[in-house]
Amino acid sequence: MPHRIATLIIKELQTLLRDRQGRMLLIVPVLLQLAVFPFAATLEVKNNTLAVLNEDAGAESFELIQRLSQARAFTRLVTLRSQAELRRVIDEQEALLALRFAADFSRNVTAGRPAAIQAVLDGRRSNSAQIALGYAQQTLQGYLDDRRAAQGRVSTSKILVRHWFNPNLDYVRHIIPCLVAIITTVSTLIVSSLSVAREKEQGTFDQLLVSPLTPGMIMVGKTVPALLVAMFQATIILSAGVFVYGIPFQGSLLLLYGSMAFYILALVGFGLFISSICSTQQQAFLGVFSFMMPAVLLSGFPSPVENMPAWLQCLDWFNPLRHFIVIVKGVFIKDIGPSILWQSLWPLLVIALLTLTAADWMFRRRLE
Amino acid sequence: MSIGGSARRLRALCKKETLQILRDPSSNIIAFVLPVVMLLIFGYGISLDTPGLRVGLVLEDSSPEARLFAASLFGSPYLRVQTARSRAELAQALVRGRVRGFVIVPPDFSQKLKEPSEAVPLLIVTDGAEPNTANFVENYIRMAWEGWLEERAAQRGAPLNGGADPWPGNGAAPAPTVTLEPRFWFNPSAESRNYLIPGSITVIMTVIGALLTSLVVAREWERGTMEALLASPVTRAELLLSKLLPYYALGIVSLFICVGVSVLGLGVPFRGSTLVLWLVGSLFLGSALGLGLLLSTVTRNQFNAAQAALNAAFLPAVILSGFIYEIRSMPPLIRAVTYLVPARYFVTAMQTLFQAGQVWVVLLKSMLFLATASAFFIGMTALKTRKRLE
Repeated sequence: MPHRIATLIIKELQTLLRDRQGRMLLIVPVLLQLAVFPFAATLEVKNNTLAVLNEDAGAESFELIQRLSQARAFTRLVTLRSQAELRRVIDEQEALLALRFAADFSRNVTAGRPAAIQAVLDGRRSNSAQIALGYAQQTLQGYLDDRRAAQGRVSTSKILVRHWFNPNLDYVRHIIPCLVAIITTVSTLIVSSLSVAREKEQGTFDQLLVSPLTPGMIMVGKTVPALLVAMFQATIILSAGVFVYGIPFQGSLLLLYGSMAFYILALVGFGLFISSICSTQQQAFLGVFSFMMPAVLLSGFPSPVENMPAWLQCLDWFNPLRHFIVIVKGVFIKDIGPSILWQSLWPLLVIALLTLTAADWMFRRRLE
Repeated sequence: MSIGGSARRLRALCKKETLQILRDPSSNIIAFVLPVVMLLIFGYGISLDTPGLRVGLVLEDSSPEARLFAASLFGSPYLRVQTARSRAELAQALVRGRVRGFVIVPPDFSQKLKEPSEAVPLLIVTDGAEPNTANFVENYIRMAWEGWLEERAAQRGAPLNGGADPWPGNGAAPAPTVTLEPRFWFNPSAESRNYLIPGSITVIMTVIGALLTSLVVAREWERGTMEALLASPVTRAELLLSKLLPYYALGIVSLFICVGVSVLGLGVPFRGSTLVLWLVGSLFLGSALGLGLLLSTVTRNQFNAAQAALNAAFLPAVILSGFIYEIRSMPPLIRAVTYLVPARYFVTAMQTLFQAGQVWVVLLKSMLFLATASAFFIGMTALKTRKRLE
């Protein structure tokens, strides 16, 4: 019996790796994503343009503008001459933030009267705009602190801030663990569901069913190749994260790969279930896609799970990727132990059990 | 096989293709159900606005000052504060992800506030594993802190400027205060969904345009029906158009469903003209359909075509289009690549149409690029189709 399963697994791997195009598609996308994601998927604000409409001729606004143009967020400074010009640079997205200093700005600051700077932001990109505003706020605070210090006052806004696990708030440390989880998801689902759908479409699935292989053995035969491919791809990303991007691996590899195996099982369950209700590859692919897209979007990768409304968070419990991202991130950069890991692992086990049972039931139903 | 053709043949082919779409439940789901589901996900699931960040607080100082500061933290609309007895307890909660940061008020907090020194009276710790959230945790706690300092100064009977000095020190001149008055144009309350939803329509259109069509020609090759088609008097233009037109119709209907749901269901303002929307949408669909057909024609294999479409169309539409991630923050090489991604122009056009209305410079630039991309991909497909005939 193990021999029969082994033959089936070898056959599956041969279908995957037979031609050059297929082999390329297993490796090239992974490398491409590895090269692009860490640099592109960032919510940081850099290289932006700051526009300034300065109606004030004094030294204070000049000093402040100097400081602002040195911030990392703004690499270009545009000097505006009129309100109409300000409208144009924001409308046409030339600048993310435009500051307007009133004519009495320096006079007010020197006299100790409250002064205000009008900040116009492009609300079409409100997250970036808010972050840019935060940078401007910090620069302003630094300027005020220095002025107060020059007057012999204490600066009270110097708070000690520590970012744990990621001292410089580097996005790469967030993205690489997420990428490990996402790539595993994509390849497991596609390999497991499309292989069954292809056999169905080409009529070879019925041949498999009349062979001495039991439905359970067929399921194992479809699971193992997906497991191998997904783990291989995950290993590439993991190594690149450590050796190329220089993220220290904090936790235990055994815990990571152990829970990855259970995660892949949960996904194979989804994949096989989808393919068992589809009759063509197109249907299976679209089915996988309809599952994968919400799973990735609600996984906590693009935006945190806690920002969602409560009902959606409950629904999201059935999303295995949500739990797996917590595991990968936890083991990779937080060095969580088995007891914390278990909190995210048991939902995966429940999901795996549910989906594999459902898929098994659908397989058997076809036999009758 | 000539280039021209007859309208009758084209009609017949389109009819066949349309029937094939309508017959298959999966393409109906993709075209009509998935867009609505995805919009709901984008409308409710993806949000960069933090409704109440869970943060911890340890009060190691029990002076009235420390309590007052704690009260101002509790009063922040952006934070959901829970107190803990020890640092260790909060450290544990941070590792588990139960809180996204915490504040420690050290035992000598009130002491240090009185003495003018360089010492730090407050410590903020955040969960760096979530960098964007960590940024917001820091900013919101800082806001509460500075707000409290100003309130404290005011309560001591000292207007912030002039008069008695709120900041202890020996300077003669009053301490300067400068405030930033932010105004978010187009989106006054700075809600992320107002720009994420128009952007997400791009992703949905990419799915319909590129993913669905990537399988179409490959399927004909796999099943051997392509040879049958090629043996018939069908011309290349007819073949291409018969694959493009039905899916174009599907995409446009879906686009208007999406916009309808966004505006009527999710309450996102739409300030542009419907005509321009249709024009931009058509040009983008042209490029997406062209790319899908090209991949399908080149790979001739459904599995590979689907994988290629996922990587060449879907992922760039999510990552490189500027729909979530800021293009200007990317390194120059990747920024250069984004100029080749049609989704980038569609995202810009959609965000502008929804929130700003007709900003012609932005819209015309986008349309020009989209038209070029459409011509390129459809032209390439035509070229590849001829090669395959030999």
